Amino acid sequence: MRSRLVSGPSARGTRLGSVGTHAVLALGAVVMIFPFVWQVLTAFKSQAEAIAVPVTILPAEWRWDTFREVFTVLPFFDQLRNTALVAVARTLGQLLLCSLAAYAFARLRFPGRNVVFALFLSVLMVPSQLLILPQYEIMADLGLLNTIPVLILPGLFSAFGTFLLRQFFMTIPNEIEEAALLDGASRLRIYWSIMLPLVRPALAALAVITLMNAWNDLLWPLVVNTDPTVMPISAGLTTLQGQFATNYPVLMAGSLLASLPMLVVYLVLQRQFVQGIALSGTKG
Amino acid sequence: MSAATPVTATAPAVTPARRRGGAATARRRTAVVGYLFVAPVALGLLWLYIYPALATFVLSFTEWGPFGGNTFNGFANYVAVFSSQTFWRSLLNTFGYMLIGLLVIPVAIVVAALLNKPGLRGVGVYRALYFIPFITLPVASGMVWKWLYNGEYGLINQFLGVFGISGTYWVANPATALVAIGIVQVWSQIGYYLVIFIAGIKGIPAEYSEAAELDGAGSFRRFSHITLPLLSPSIFFCTVINVIATLQIFDLIYVMSQSSSANPAFQASQSIVTLFYEMAFVDNTKGPATALAFILMILIAALTAVQFRLQRRWVQYA
Repeated sequence: MRSRLVSGPSARGTRLGSVGTHAVLALGAVVMIFPFVWQVLTAFKSQAEAIAVPVTILPAEWRWDTFREVFTVLPFFDQLRNTALVAVARTLGQLLLCSLAAYAFARLRFPGRNVVFALFLSVLMVPSQLLILPQYEIMADLGLLNTIPVLILPGLFSAFGTFLLRQFFMTIPNEIEEAALLDGASRLRIYWSIMLPLVRPALAALAVITLMNAWNDLLWPLVVNTDPTVMPISAGLTTLQGQFATNYPVLMAGSLLASLPMLVVYLVLQRQFVQGIALSGTKG
Repeated sequence: MSAATPVTATAPAVTPARRRGGAATARRRTAVVGYLFVAPVALGLLWLYIYPALATFVLSFTEWGPFGGNTFNGFANYVAVFSSQTFWRSLLNTFGYMLIGLLVIPVAIVVAALLNKPGLRGVGVYRALYFIPFITLPVASGMVWKWLYNGEYGLINQFLGVFGISGTYWVANPATALVAIGIVQVWSQIGYYLVIFIAGIKGIPAEYSEAAELDGAGSFRRFSHITLPLLSPSIFFCTVINVIATLQIFDLIYVMSQSSSANPAFQASQSIVTLFYEMAFVDNTKGPATALAFILMILIAALTAVQFRLQRRWVQYA
């Protein structure tokens, strides 16, 4: 009897509250998503229609030409390919190198381990801008300016990635490794066929974080590559804005095409994205 | 190899002395493997991160000669930075971005709390929609918003016009540029903090809320007296991360306001990092630029330290 008295009004309150909650959340979602809707609509308009006052919401005629135009005003295909290449190389490189180091920090004893690890942690605290000028000089000395490797190199080594993976290797029970050692397995083999599969969620998390950072990177590419054919798409788009500031449909179509690959990756790997951020939030 | 030989009680394979020797060999071998595994990242960090950080520190006290002939000039670069009007303006602007940027935290908490309501449907869809701006290329987001903010053709002014409000050139007007860009920053980051807060709220045992409900606490009271205090470690983490990130704001400003120095809002929206980019790669004043980069690092370290000091006053670790 008593429990009905309590749950009765509460249940009704929940149903009423749920309508209100959906209203607030839906309004928020519209604000979050509207710029993309507008981007798509503008990309399909003619320039004249895009800058017409008063604004028309839907294009009078859906034009696909603009998307073709993006490829003629920019080496767009090259830039997309550059971005994809750099993002994949940086991700695979970091996964391999960081997991090797993280495994060693977590499971192997060697003199000076703590000192070296402290050095890794100190790197975490340095903002990337502080490094850019000397990094630029190093790359210039190597003759790597305006090449693809210059976009990949600094992104191969990550103190954050090592730290994140180390936290996961630490949680694996010792017995698993000891058993493999008694069976005569080498450390490299243990790392590759036993430990790596056990930290797969952390690897996936690091992969999506690295992939996204590499895809979005702007300042470094802007500084080291001035040749449009070796720029990633992020930097390429900014040049489009300078030269064709008034052609909004092209600008919107270009932005849309440049964001699309990561959006697709996100839709496919949603769980890993969410997990990656939750992990970096709690373990990092 | 000898260390890997199983030693059983019935058949001791090695004498204690040999076993000790074998253990030493194994330990040495483990150490070698450890160095080999750590070496690639350690050398990479040394080459491209630690050496450059130290170099920047040294370079901030030198004048950059034309052909690498740098000469020690004491604190001249720092004096140059501190005596420039532009620096103080940028510093102030950066604090402005930081304060606006912090709005992302209350917004994300409220949305996370709504999404954690028991029995709510479509949580996954909402989360995906709120997350999409975070995934989108910042340059692309900046361009769309710049277009929405446009004074003549922009949708925002058209919308305001419906209510008889006449807008402005939001990102080209010195009075509004910083806030306009700051709002986009908040919009683009909500998804990230939302994910952390959803996880944080999920981690709070439901019994606390249920007990309070039985005691007659309304949903607002339960939120402010149970959810918020128990969420404070996540809030602290997000605040630290957010302050560090907004102090380094660059992409959105570069795209929305810095594409032309003829932009009347150029100065009014300049941040420390866009100023650094200008000094180092446009004006070619690399000495003062290294000093500025170092000042930024000190600023980040100081604000992070202050937050860690203050956390004792408000963060509750259950």
